[in-house]
Amino acid sequence: MSERKPLRRRRGTRAFVLAATLGLLAVVYAGFAPATRSLAENTEQITQGKDLFATNCASCHGLGGEGLAEEGVPALTNVGAAAVEFQVSTGRMPAPNTVSQPVPRENTFTADEVAAMAAYVASLGTGPGIPNEDQYLPSGLTAEEIAEGGELFRTNCSACHNFKGSGGALPNGVTAPNLQETSPQHVWEAMRTGPGQMPVFASGAIPDADVKKIVAYLEQVNAQPSAGFNLGGLGPVSEGLWAWIAGIGVLVLFAIWITTKGARA
Amino acid sequence: MAKPTKIREDSPALAVQTPPEAPPAVNKLAPAAEWVDQRSGIGKVIKGALRKIFPDHWSFLLGEIALYSFIILLLTGVFLTLWFKPSMGEVEYSGSYELMRNIPMSEAFASTLNISFDVRGGLLMRQIHHWAAMLFVAAMTIHMLRVFFTGAFRKPRELNWIIGVGLLSIGLIEGFAGYSLPDDLLSGTGLRFVDGSIRSIPIIGTWVEFFVFGGEFPGELIIPRLYMVHILLVPGLLLGLISAHMALLVYHKHTQWPGPGRTQKNVVGYPLFPVYAAKAGGFFFIVFGVTTLMGALMQINPVWLYGPYNPSQVTAGSQPDWYMGFVEGAIRIMPNWEWHLGSTTWSWNIFIPFVGLMGLLFTGLALYPFIEAWVTGDKSEHHLLDRPRNAPNRTAFGVACMTCYGMFWAAGGNDIIATQFHVSLNDVTYFMRVAVFVAPVIAFIVTKRICLSLQRRDAETVLHGSPTGVIVRSPDGGYTEAHTPVSQGEAYTLTRHPQWTPVESGGRVRQRLSRWFAHGQIAKPTAEDIEAASHHAHPISPVDAAADETASIGSGKDAE
Amino acid sequence: MSELDVRDAATPPEPAATPVPDPGLEEHVERYTDVDDRASRATYRQIVAMLGAVPVLVVAFVVVYFAVPISAEFALFGTTWKAQHVLLGGTVGLAILLIGMALIQWARLVMSDVEMSEERHPAQTGPEARAVLAADTKAGVEESGIKRRALIGSGVAGGLGLLVVPALLALGDLGPWPTDAVRAKTIEKTIWAEGIRLVNDVNYLPLKASELVVGQLVNAEPENLQALHGSEYQIAKAKAAIIVVRMDPNSIRIPDSRKDWQVDGILCYSKICTHVGCPISLWEQQSHHLLCPCHQSTFDLGNSGVVVFGPAARSLPQLPITTDADGYLVARSDFTVPVGPSFFERDSSKDFKDGDN
Repeated sequence: MSERKPLRRRRGTRAFVLAATLGLLAVVYAGFAPATRSLAENTEQITQGKDLFATNCASCHGLGGEGLAEEGVPALTNVGAAAVEFQVSTGRMPAPNTVSQPVPRENTFTADEVAAMAAYVASLGTGPGIPNEDQYLPSGLTAEEIAEGGELFRTNCSACHNFKGSGGALPNGVTAPNLQETSPQHVWEAMRTGPGQMPVFASGAIPDADVKKIVAYLEQVNAQPSAGFNLGGLGPVSEGLWAWIAGIGVLVLFAIWITTKGARA
Repeated sequence: MAKPTKIREDSPALAVQTPPEAPPAVNKLAPAAEWVDQRSGIGKVIKGALRKIFPDHWSFLLGEIALYSFIILLLTGVFLTLWFKPSMGEVEYSGSYELMRNIPMSEAFASTLNISFDVRGGLLMRQIHHWAAMLFVAAMTIHMLRVFFTGAFRKPRELNWIIGVGLLSIGLIEGFAGYSLPDDLLSGTGLRFVDGSIRSIPIIGTWVEFFVFGGEFPGELIIPRLYMVHILLVPGLLLGLISAHMALLVYHKHTQWPGPGRTQKNVVGYPLFPVYAAKAGGFFFIVFGVTTLMGALMQINPVWLYGPYNPSQVTAGSQPDWYMGFVEGAIRIMPNWEWHLGSTTWSWNIFIPFVGLMGLLFTGLALYPFIEAWVTGDKSEHHLLDRPRNAPNRTAFGVACMTCYGMFWAAGGNDIIATQFHVSLNDVTYFMRVAVFVAPVIAFIVTKRICLSLQRRDAETVLHGSPTGVIVRSPDGGYTEAHTPVSQGEAYTLTRHPQWTPVESGGRVRQRLSRWFAHGQIAKPTAEDIEAASHHAHPISPVDAAADETASIGSGKDAE
Repeated sequence: MSELDVRDAATPPEPAATPVPDPGLEEHVERYTDVDDRASRATYRQIVAMLGAVPVLVVAFVVVYFAVPISAEFALFGTTWKAQHVLLGGTVGLAILLIGMALIQWARLVMSDVEMSEERHPAQTGPEARAVLAADTKAGVEESGIKRRALIGSGVAGGLGLLVVPALLALGDLGPWPTDAVRAKTIEKTIWAEGIRLVNDVNYLPLKASELVVGQLVNAEPENLQALHGSEYQIAKAKAAIIVVRMDPNSIRIPDSRKDWQVDGILCYSKICTHVGCPISLWEQQSHHLLCPCHQSTFDLGNSGVVVFGPAARSLPQLPITTDADGYLVARSDFTVPVGPSFFERDSSKDFKDGDN
């Protein structure tokens, strides 16, 4: 039992394609990272971002990203580029209204445009920048490290997002989203920026190395083979429902068959 | 034991009594049987039982599902004990489930993972065991509802009803103890809940907590103790009670539905040997087969996803198994009443929904046969079942109780209701606080109206036959539906039930309750009504429905 | 059969005469399998086929047991399945089900289905036997002499009754007795004490005040928890678990008595719900509300942890914290009130109530 087996990668192709795409995206973003650009290019990008921001965001958040506290619209002065990347590229922003929880929709912006808006918002103050892939993409982790990622996940995440990231209910109609299709980069960005009601999980307590473990665990736990249909992965409520429908229901049908007299000559 | 009847006298099965010169076909079984009988006299017992008659109806098999689930639980449970270690000692996991590698956990959880991942067929046994447990409680519940709504709990079966209530209540304890043993996150959360609930008992709560857990929560004794409860104490009690339940069933002989030739003094059906034995045996294998296929094809309690118990972790969707859902719901919607008297704390917010509600449910169930007998003044034996419609107040009361239970149960999933219907969790909770009181009243009224309507329809069927679906045009142009008269057997079935008459003795409360219980029933047609109706109608003839309704209702006197 | 009819005079059990007389048992009608030889043979073949499939399935079970490794898996219907588990259960489950169905078909269509009637008898013992029983009882009581020597009876009953005392007392060591002194060392105390650092759960990183940002939540533990193992660890963790949150000090209400319990809007609360003790960490950073996922009690961390919704009755205990010389968060003392669910002896007068200052 003690020999090490390599970690299995089920749904391997899908995960690979996802990782490759994200890697590519990250390379693209890295190309725009301020450090590698001249000041002039940087200024140009910020200007482009400011225009996009004025068109798409300013009606709620204000031209300077000052927000509207009484409407519950947060100020964007210190949220950082990561928040913009998360909110816009998951399609949560621009939101249709300021009342309900923003939900993921299709992102209609190009990567350049997202990066420009992120650069503009980053220029307004402080906040986490867009991460490089070596900050969130797990690689070369041992089984022990991934298992520790499970402990971190169950301690910090499962209360809202459920034991395997299926999501859950919060007060007043707010929900914690399903994480099974969330990309590693967006997991990182959500933890660092605390979108909506979600709290921030900053690097002081959970360094990037631990985020990678969490990401790896989430990926692995959802790739585990299941011992039959998993019935929604929601725990005892759906199991009880199935015990009545599939168990008692089928057995009652059998009981009727056993006692029915059937056609007679 | 039942005396032999004329049916059994010519039975070829009694090999033990066969004289040597008997026909060879009968002699075949003799040597082995005779050897046993010479040493045990078992033939005297079997003689009466072999051709015992069992009535045939699907609803009589519900209790069998519970019995067979119990046998499956014993079989699979023994398998699981071969590997399970009921210890809370800490180990670092080194089994083949890599996502728990080196995680500190109790031996109980580690051995559960071992059964699930390193024992061939172990996970299958675990899943069969868990599904069978869910079915065991579900089948007991639905069997009890069948007994309630047909009045099968009445004399002489009150004792068996009480045994059944006992089986259901300790079945819940058994299920909960088993749910707690793997020491995974959900089971530990459940134990935490029980710990908090035990503490809420006024005056002695802390003492009970320390005695149950061997000190503070979670300690290191609760799982070994629950293991003993789960595999020895409660199964022993269940076995004893089930034996008593079955012995009384055999002694009383099964109840039967009313019908032609079926009276209070006989039982009509198939003999134990061979038909009923084959049917019951076959049904055992069907229940076992279905449970095994559920274990194979439907994942249940995947503890490796929940992780080991950790008092600082919790997951969304932390709910108990379905049969504890009503307590969970009551705890969720209870207002936060707590008294702080001097240096003491009285947690009514937990004690009332936990101890109070369960106590009320099981006490109420146990007492119901005696309360109903007191209200109706009924001291006779009953072997023919009531059709639920013919006891409208009992049926409506039962449905009201089910509705109340269902509301508590739904409240146990208030978070899921909130997400599914996009309403505020807080509003759902406020709604449920009212619904547990109001919905049963509505359910009572609606059920009673339905029962009375069905009674009216029965009366009409007896008087005017069943509708044929044939529309007849009369010479003057009217259209009516033709009715065909029912057989004597059916008419007998529809009219043989007793009418409730209130008691005239006893105190005011009893008399008032008795009048209430008898109130509202539809008087069944008398022989004269039927005679009059048969003169009025021809075998297939147009019937004026409106006129007949008046006739049938007018013919009966109000019961009160 | 007169016993069957005993009942209050007012309520006859059965109508004396039903409006329609009982026609008696229906005439037996034969099944197709009784009269049609072909139908009968088809049924026979069906039953034999079901039973014949059983050995095939059992062989399949054996093959799967030895040939399919426990880690094998396959994908079907959008799910990845544990191959060995599903195949073992599928083969044996189907085999068991087929045996059952074959038995039922045998009983339904081959065995005689002529309904029979058996007499019932009242549950009670007959009058003669009852008379014998009563006489025997009386004789036995007489012969025992208990009527003249009544003290023997009382002595036996009293003695047996008294045996309850040792039986119960033998269970007295089921757990420590929660006297005032024992409670003060157990459920009324945690391992928090002055100067103990707050560390992140699982990875035990100490928390620097300057690194916490507004809106951050940390699921934390006392640093000295690391030294514990087994049940000691679990017991300590079940009481000492905390959550650390940072809020904008201007958006929350900090009572005067708790001004020095926090560091620039960094507040620390018990993670253990005051209702039945679930660990709570569903914190909404905008509303500052903390929700328990078990029973939905909701606490306002921006207002000293008072209950705003749900079945919990008491505020969440707050842990007084400060920073040490290196800027790390440390406890100033243990909790000032017992954490976790209520118990009878708990003095709840010191809990924070909404409006306290």
